Amino acid sequence: MNALKFDPGICAKCETYDCLMKCQYMDFDLESAREERWKLIRGEDTRILNDCVTCYACEEYCPYNNHPFYLIVERQEEKGIHPVPKPIEKSQIKAMAPKGVIAPMKVKEPVINMCYFPMMLGTIRGKLFEGASAIVGSDIFCNLMYLHFARNSVIKERLPKMIENIQKNYLEPSGVKELICYHDECYGTYTSWAPAFGIEVPFKPIHLFEYLYNRLSELKSEIKPLNLKVAYQRPCSNRLSPEIDHFVDDIFGLIGVERVNRKYDHENALCCGGVFEAQQRFDLMEKNQTLNVDDMKENGATHCVFNCPFCFWTLSDLVSQKGMTPIMMSDLCHQALGE
Amino acid sequence: MKKEYADIIHRCFRCGWCKLPLNFKDFNCPSYLKYRFESFSSGGRLWLIRAWMNGEIQTSERFAKIIFSCVTCKNCVQACAMPKIREYLVDMVINAREDMVENGVIPPEVRDYFKAVSISGNAYKMPQEQRGAWANGLDVGRYTAQEYLFYVGDVGSYDEEGVKMARSVAGLLKKVGISFGILASDEITDGNEVKTLGEVGLFEQIASQNIEKFKKLDVKKIITLSPHAYNSIKNEYPKLGGNFEVYHYTQVLNKVLNDIPMGKLNVKVTYHDPCYLGRWNNEYWAPRSVLNSVPGLELIEMDRNMQNALCCGGGGGNFFTDILGTGPDSSARVRVNEAIDTGASVLAVACPICYRMLSDAVKAEGVEEKIQVRDIADIVSEAVNK
Amino acid sequence: MDRIFERLADIVGRDYVSNAAEERFIYSRDGGVQMPHEPDYVVLPNTTEEVQKIILLANEEKIPVVPMGGGLVLSGLSIPLKGGIVLDMKRMNRIIEVNEKSHYAVVEAGTALGMLSAYLNKHHPSLKNSLPDAPPVATVAGNIMIHGSGHLSQSEGGFHSEMVTGLEVVLPTGKIVKLGSCSTVPYWFSRAPLPDLAGLFLGWNGTTGIITKVGIKLFPRPLLNDGLMFMTEDVDTVPDIMFRIVNTEMCEDLTFFITPKPAMFEGFQMTIISITANSEKEMRLKKEIIRDALRGYYESKEAGFVPVPKEMKAFLLEAPQKNLSAFADVRKGGGFEYVGAIIPVEKIPDAYRAGLDIAAKNGITYSLGGRMIGRGHSFMFYFAYPFNRADKEDMDRVRQALDDTNHAALKMGGIPWKAEVSGQQLILKQMEPSTYEFMQDIRKLLDPNGIMNPGNWEVNP
Repeated sequence: MNALKFDPGICAKCETYDCLMKCQYMDFDLESAREERWKLIRGEDTRILNDCVTCYACEEYCPYNNHPFYLIVERQEEKGIHPVPKPIEKSQIKAMAPKGVIAPMKVKEPVINMCYFPMMLGTIRGKLFEGASAIVGSDIFCNLMYLHFARNSVIKERLPKMIENIQKNYLEPSGVKELICYHDECYGTYTSWAPAFGIEVPFKPIHLFEYLYNRLSELKSEIKPLNLKVAYQRPCSNRLSPEIDHFVDDIFGLIGVERVNRKYDHENALCCGGVFEAQQRFDLMEKNQTLNVDDMKENGATHCVFNCPFCFWTLSDLVSQKGMTPIMMSDLCHQALGE
Repeated sequence: MKKEYADIIHRCFRCGWCKLPLNFKDFNCPSYLKYRFESFSSGGRLWLIRAWMNGEIQTSERFAKIIFSCVTCKNCVQACAMPKIREYLVDMVINAREDMVENGVIPPEVRDYFKAVSISGNAYKMPQEQRGAWANGLDVGRYTAQEYLFYVGDVGSYDEEGVKMARSVAGLLKKVGISFGILASDEITDGNEVKTLGEVGLFEQIASQNIEKFKKLDVKKIITLSPHAYNSIKNEYPKLGGNFEVYHYTQVLNKVLNDIPMGKLNVKVTYHDPCYLGRWNNEYWAPRSVLNSVPGLELIEMDRNMQNALCCGGGGGNFFTDILGTGPDSSARVRVNEAIDTGASVLAVACPICYRMLSDAVKAEGVEEKIQVRDIADIVSEAVNK
Repeated sequence: MDRIFERLADIVGRDYVSNAAEERFIYSRDGGVQMPHEPDYVVLPNTTEEVQKIILLANEEKIPVVPMGGGLVLSGLSIPLKGGIVLDMKRMNRIIEVNEKSHYAVVEAGTALGMLSAYLNKHHPSLKNSLPDAPPVATVAGNIMIHGSGHLSQSEGGFHSEMVTGLEVVLPTGKIVKLGSCSTVPYWFSRAPLPDLAGLFLGWNGTTGIITKVGIKLFPRPLLNDGLMFMTEDVDTVPDIMFRIVNTEMCEDLTFFITPKPAMFEGFQMTIISITANSEKEMRLKKEIIRDALRGYYESKEAGFVPVPKEMKAFLLEAPQKNLSAFADVRKGGGFEYVGAIIPVEKIPDAYRAGLDIAAKNGITYSLGGRMIGRGHSFMFYFAYPFNRADKEDMDRVRQALDDTNHAALKMGGIPWKAEVSGQQLILKQMEPSTYEFMQDIRKLLDPNGIMNPGNWEVNP
């Protein structure tokens, strides 16, 4: 049940092993990459198990969509590897458990899935989200964060019920078929992880950026160009849906914002480091954060735009200390509309 | 006591956070500052109310004094450590007052205030016909259909300092082109103090009369002189069907002053946040913005500013009942000394009650040479006229 | 006419003495579960001389006198067990002197700790005082007098009583004495090198005299403040973890908490490491040293440093912590009381287990935790039990739990701090008889009429 749709035959034919060769955190030559990848496939011990920092990037790097990262996580769990110390892992599993308090509620489109970020509800306002219904809570939490804890089992156990909760309590009774995912991670859950593990998603997930772009296009005449140079902090979870990245530029184009050309963006984006702290990789966290934020500053950014609330909480202080303004993408769009 | 309060009053821990402001500078509860017995702090008062409800203590003159000495400044609401009860602390005291009013066990000063208001329509027992006399010589007309009704209130209409303030505010509003009229001899008290002293029936009568009057005149927007009136008309009148757009005069001035030419004033000013504008209604910025618009004016903050402000002691009806009395520990006198410590020569106010309380405190302290109490409109008028 | 009332009114002024039912009610009880006992009078002195006159009157009339600071001890130490006069010291709240170079402040006894802190923030920003977790109206004298501790106890020398540099006291016979260097020179820098008499007034619950002035140590205030949170599941590892952290000498405050709510914390122990520094470089270095000290633990994944959101960190590093007072409302009842047991560091696991057992046995909820005192010299372990003030049975359960806790603390080799009367009796029963006799001899010498807070530190009160 819920087995990963991974095809070793694809890896056997692979000539580049991009999943490991492009890894920003582990060093391989082609020979060792092939060797370690096959140890992983066969379920043997490999340094990948402990050295993987769970940044999700290899999901993007693999040209065949053969889920190299999800396989790492499966193997980690099978081998009893705990990237995050056990008390913290257990505590977080408890903390984010569904509380069973969901109740049916009428919704109308656009329906914005705020996952388990009630503190972000304030952004669902104004013309940008006019008429929107927002849903939030522990009973609809996507649970994808447990990839960082090497606990696919938690996601497998909880996600089907989360999907059912969304469908039965909100979407189906209201005749809504599309769900706009505020957080990248939810979008990645429904478009990447769920299909990879054979879990059906009865609604159509829409990425927040797609929604923002379409809405801003409708309100084009009301946009006042912001004339800003910004850095974009690409979150880990966007590695699961790289096809969305162009919306960042599309939105910026509409609102008069320039995405500065910098080293740690697009495919070379750096993890915010929040997860590294949880994994007790403190030096790596500090190094990553310094490289990332210095890169933003050195390339002329005055703002750092975030999609992920966790990245925001992790990096906003350092961004501010370096003289840049941290801001969520939705809030940047609000500003462009004068809201 | 209302069930919603009876059900939670036991949740006060008497931990004492309510006695201090958020920055711990000094005792910030005027009744505790004055009396220093635990019974006069917010926590002590709530424990005594509960004991009274449970029959553990009986009604007495002392008990009445304790209950009616609260100036409803909401420092306790601001500072309380208990998230589930803090917003109701002052409401519970007012509710206890309501029970005492109903049982007829109130201090004579409070009874006299209700009597004056009920008979004369104001706290001063002054004739209604003289209500508009404060505006004599100002070319301020009655409200017909101007943009705003300027509601002056009892203190602005009859108190010596209050009248000064009413005149300077009205004069400035006129000078900057605000369209307004007044009710003059048709105005009666707004009822805020009646409500906080616990006379619900009288308040509702007053409020209903005012609402009917305003509606009859098709009033849409109201400027108040006093934050007390601002509070009751904005927050209480809607519960009785009176929905108006209500502004404190500093909020209206704030919108227009950028376009008004002013001369330079070289003056150091410190601003006293009135409780009914600040902690009650979260308005800390408009008055500051107005003061900052005056060229040359240096605005210096007291240590206890904004949500930490020390009440002048005039709220909760105490301006009229004077239950707290005077003395060196009276909050107005402490406040004046705090203002002097900033190095400012002017203590700016935005409330006629604060104006009177702090002016009297300056005299009591004998510091007229060191600091002058002026209302914001008076300061700005000086710059506009220069 | 009440003769004593009139005499008290002559001393302090009519406005500052009360025998009214309202004051007798309020001053008969505190925020804990101890039974109420009404005073006959509540008096608010303003000067040492007024205190002296009150004491002389009390001796003459053989009336008990009970000093009170913030009244926040929760174990009823300022409740007058045998009636008499409660001396509410909070009018005596002047800050007399701050000596920056010699790092001390001299304050009147009733000065609120929060107000001293605010004063230093403004006038002497390079210095700070150690703050207990009590609300900011807790007084300097009240806190030192009960051997309180606070956020600088780990790094700067132990209990707040150990930070006292001098005292002015009014003896039970009315004599005013200065203790420490201030008795001989105009400076309050230290109790040494003179014979140390200050200990006669620390920990005695006001049974030996009234403290009217306190010299208190101040400490440097670094510019930056940050924290780390270390989570464990095996409480037996905690003493070693604490030992390692203390030995780095890099942390300012070291505390610990266990709570069943929110559920994410149940079954785990959280060690909070507060760090101060004067630069980012220093802060990074201190964190690195502390992390290195615990490397073995986190690399094994059996324990680890928890990423703490900025807002939560602000709560944890707040001094005093407001949410500790808010714990009183966990039962929707506005009350809690706790046993603070001073224990050897290695007994932390025993205390933890005892706390869980007692809470389960009595069917109550709890919060357990503590603070390292000195560089690992002892640990203040608190067993806090919230209750609903409107529920008598709930209060009874907590009373029982507190008694069980006092027993357990003594059994494991700890001593309940600022214990209520029943706890004091347990301590005295276990105490060396010669020590107890010595205490009583001192009390008889200092307080021949037995007027000072009677009922405290007595085997048969």
